[in-house]
Amino acid sequence: MTALLKGETGDWEMVIGLEVHAQVLTKSKLFSGASAEFGGAPNTHVSPVDAGMPGMLPVINKECVKKAVMTGLGLNAKINNVSVFERKNYFYPDLPQGYQISQYQHPIVGEGSIEIDLPDGSVKVVGIERLHLEQDAGKSLHDQHPQKSYVDLNRSGNPLMEIVSKPDMRSPEEAGAYVTKLRAIVRYLGTCDGNMDEGSMRCDVNVSVRKPGAELGTRCEIKNVNSVRFVQQAIEFEARRQIEIIEGGGVIKQETRLFDTSNGTTRSMRSKEDAHDYRYFPDPDLLPLTVEDGFIEDIRKTMPELPDAKKQRFMDEYGLSHQDASVLIGERERGDFFEKVAKGHDAKLASNWVLSELLGALHKAEKDLKDSPVTAEQLGELIGLIEDDTISGRIAKEVFAEMFGTGKNAGDIVEARGLKQVTDTGEIEKIVDAVLAENPDKIEQYKGGKDKLFGFFVGQVMKKSGGKANPGMVNDLLKKKLEA
Amino acid sequence: MTNLTHLTIRAALDGLEKKDFTATELVDAHIAAAEAARGLNCFITETFDAAREQAKAADERYAKGEALPLDGIPVAMKDLFCTEGVQTTAASKILEGFKPPYESTVSGQMKRDGAITLGKANLDEFAMGSSNGTSAFGGVVNPWKRKGDNRDLVPGGSSGGSAAAVAARIAMGATGTDTGGSIRQPAAFCGITGIKPTYGRCSRFGVIAFASSLDQPGPFGRTAEDCALLLKSMAGYDAKDSTSVNAPVPDYAASIGQSVKGLKVGVPKEYRVEGTNEEIIALWDKGVEMLKDAGAEIVDVSLPHTKYALQTYYVIAPAECSSNLARYDGVRFGLRVEGDNLIDTYENTRAQGFGAEVRRRILIGTYVLSAGYYDAYYNQARRVRKLIWQDFIDAYKQCDVLLTPTAPTPAFAIGENLQDPVTMYLNDIFTIPASMAGMPGMSLPVGLSADGLPLGLQLIGQPFAEETLFKAASALEKAANFTDLPQTLMGKAA
Amino acid sequence: MSIDKETVGKIARLARIKVTEDDKEVLAGELTNILTMIEELNAVDTKGVEPMTSVVQMQLHERADEVTDGGIPEKILKNAPEETAGFFVVPKVVE
Repeated sequence: MTALLKGETGDWEMVIGLEVHAQVLTKSKLFSGASAEFGGAPNTHVSPVDAGMPGMLPVINKECVKKAVMTGLGLNAKINNVSVFERKNYFYPDLPQGYQISQYQHPIVGEGSIEIDLPDGSVKVVGIERLHLEQDAGKSLHDQHPQKSYVDLNRSGNPLMEIVSKPDMRSPEEAGAYVTKLRAIVRYLGTCDGNMDEGSMRCDVNVSVRKPGAELGTRCEIKNVNSVRFVQQAIEFEARRQIEIIEGGGVIKQETRLFDTSNGTTRSMRSKEDAHDYRYFPDPDLLPLTVEDGFIEDIRKTMPELPDAKKQRFMDEYGLSHQDASVLIGERERGDFFEKVAKGHDAKLASNWVLSELLGALHKAEKDLKDSPVTAEQLGELIGLIEDDTISGRIAKEVFAEMFGTGKNAGDIVEARGLKQVTDTGEIEKIVDAVLAENPDKIEQYKGGKDKLFGFFVGQVMKKSGGKANPGMVNDLLKKKLEA
Repeated sequence: MTNLTHLTIRAALDGLEKKDFTATELVDAHIAAAEAARGLNCFITETFDAAREQAKAADERYAKGEALPLDGIPVAMKDLFCTEGVQTTAASKILEGFKPPYESTVSGQMKRDGAITLGKANLDEFAMGSSNGTSAFGGVVNPWKRKGDNRDLVPGGSSGGSAAAVAARIAMGATGTDTGGSIRQPAAFCGITGIKPTYGRCSRFGVIAFASSLDQPGPFGRTAEDCALLLKSMAGYDAKDSTSVNAPVPDYAASIGQSVKGLKVGVPKEYRVEGTNEEIIALWDKGVEMLKDAGAEIVDVSLPHTKYALQTYYVIAPAECSSNLARYDGVRFGLRVEGDNLIDTYENTRAQGFGAEVRRRILIGTYVLSAGYYDAYYNQARRVRKLIWQDFIDAYKQCDVLLTPTAPTPAFAIGENLQDPVTMYLNDIFTIPASMAGMPGMSLPVGLSADGLPLGLQLIGQPFAEETLFKAASALEKAANFTDLPQTLMGKAA
Repeated sequence: MSIDKETVGKIARLARIKVTEDDKEVLAGELTNILTMIEELNAVDTKGVEPMTSVVQMQLHERADEVTDGGIPEKILKNAPEETAGFFVVPKVVE
């Protein structure tokens, strides 16, 4: 789904690659036993190791290794049996050691790929370059004092997976779909909570432009973009900025830029910074990290079903459309919820109820699925009532509204309000006869060829029954009597 | 009463056990000696009050028959070991006043075993030096003097304060760290014994880092047995150090006095380098004879890459140090010298906080790691390091231990060898190869030079074969019978 | 290779150490001497030799994922040259 941008000199193609930093979901930090929890009073989730105190040494968290491998498997990637932690050296107040421990030449995970779902229903494969483990930095606050910056090291040393894509994306939509899919994968795996508001997933976006089919252009990196929408905005702005410069006879300077969320623009971050020279070298406080094949296989065995597999299964097993299946698998909880609802019931009916009624109501009430007042079992019961003709679809919507408001069971509501469908032929016949008796003129017109009036009779019968008459039976009876 | 400061640790433990004297008396005697010898500048921080308190507690344990393995033994702690709540400086202005909120594993284990720290021993700044001359708190004076020459001599470095304190009978033992010879060379200069264990044997947790792939703590004593007793306490696996090796700690002292019959002692020809003091070469030959007489088998071996060890060291150690010392930025601890802005503050702090030698090594390390030079310098050095390591592995196919000189000269006068950094670096030429290969090495005094200075020989062992080193050292010690005292102490002994 | 004054300035900047013009002159000489010594390594044939990082021949040990440290802000901040409200304080960082 290549979206070309129109410039004065013709069409331009965007080339986009993403570096996503995903915080590994753990209790403690990558190399220290301090809490990795978000927030907290300043400098409370800090051990002497995280503060870079003299003589302190890193010891790796096993869970981070496990989850990095698991994520690598989820990205269909090659797991490297030996990887090496290196030091990336630079000075910054929120980098206490004066270096970040990262993986450079030998990452734990190599090349892989994922499929992204595009709005037009098509699927595209995006290559993964690598995934490596590294430490997060602390946080500097620049707005607390006119001449000072404040430093909080709570985040310092948190475990990050940096997931680097290949420059395979060609539009903001593709980039958005990539982030969405990546987020779904790590959340399915439980290796990252994907919480972009709290910064547990952050994106660095690499953007360049070129004439279609031409050589790659010079790229700019936009740092720390923290929502799917901002990723798309930033790309849109940055691509246009670059086109304007090139068409104006200028050249793109490779640089790091910041995205300004207030106005959707990007600006240069390090105007006059020394050329970076990070002086990477293997961290002598650590040994090479080895993961045995057996360890990798054990993890593979415990992997949950991933979004793409689940989507395919939903289509095969439940006969759902690609569109519906894609929405249902977007969140692991949503898919699980659907399957619980569908258990013993018509799957398409279940899918419709989850997608349109439940998600709609939740959206309106600004609630998450996990806080839904209607449980999967309750929704299943409601669908059961439709299936066995206890209530009609229309009544079911009424019942659902009350369930959503009160948390009561469908059966109880139907019982209490007397909403049970009338299926007694005699009773329905009485109503049909009454309606026909009241409308002799309409009968004449109907018999004279005005077929559309059939709907009128149905409506009248339903109205008189308070909506409880079984619509199929009403149809049958009316047809019989009118054609008699 | 016996002169308590002249006892070995073994003798002192026996005396304490037999109640010949108390830990308080032992510690007080050493505090008195330390006070009398303040001119040597062995300590950066004295912890006498705490030591007296601990001595009392030790005495209570002796009274109850619950004495710990090193209970009541006064030691000097190199000021590179972080000690909780006690100023720890690495002999640098940049850390003046720093009180760590944690204890190094090694100092913690010694405390656990009842050893009593008299103070934080002086050293070369961040352990970078071979004379103790780079300390921001002034140099240390070697208790030895040349015959008929009153000039002060250096104690060697970097663990100069530790070695001088043990030689001057201020402390019964001491901790040191050895990166390229920082235990062995000062031991040789001060006429005492010191061992750098196998890399990974003693935890580096809480030890201020100089060059992480080389740094290794170890003890000083006046005998091999005392070193064995101290090492037993210092060594062991530590889950807080990822390079710590999980191997059992043997009873090193049990190796003392064991026969060296059949022990294969390798004599590497590459250590006969030009410029080495002739007396030292002669002493080396004598050492070979001593071991031979004790029943050892002498084997000529070759370590062909020895002559590149120094060069390798001066790439790898500065590279690691340039990164290890980046944390001294004036943000979270230590000195801060304010500037016009953040970068200016960093640059002022580090320019004024670090001494000349430390700055020099940070700069050379930064240079060899920087873009464009990494492979030519750093990676080439790492490849040569592998060859040096391989040399040892190959040599050990023919022998059990190696015997070499410890240093190319005896102690020199303060101010000598300062013309050029490279001249100073040559001091470590015999100790660096074992450091690069991570092998254990030990220096012990074997004789005196014509002008009355102690000369040491070095034994280098196989990985984690410290017991063999102690066995060979005790045989050599017995044959050498080195009983000379520093001139400053002569006549004071009982 | 020799290190000139300009290179000294560059690496001093990378290492965040202020050096005066006079220092640069002296350092250029000293560092060149050290470098000359180091360059003797070029004579060693290292073809096919893997660079060595650690002499320790074992697997990296890993710790369990448990919170065992932290919660000690007063200890973390105790040695700080400047602190306010639980934060370390530095001259303003200009981005």
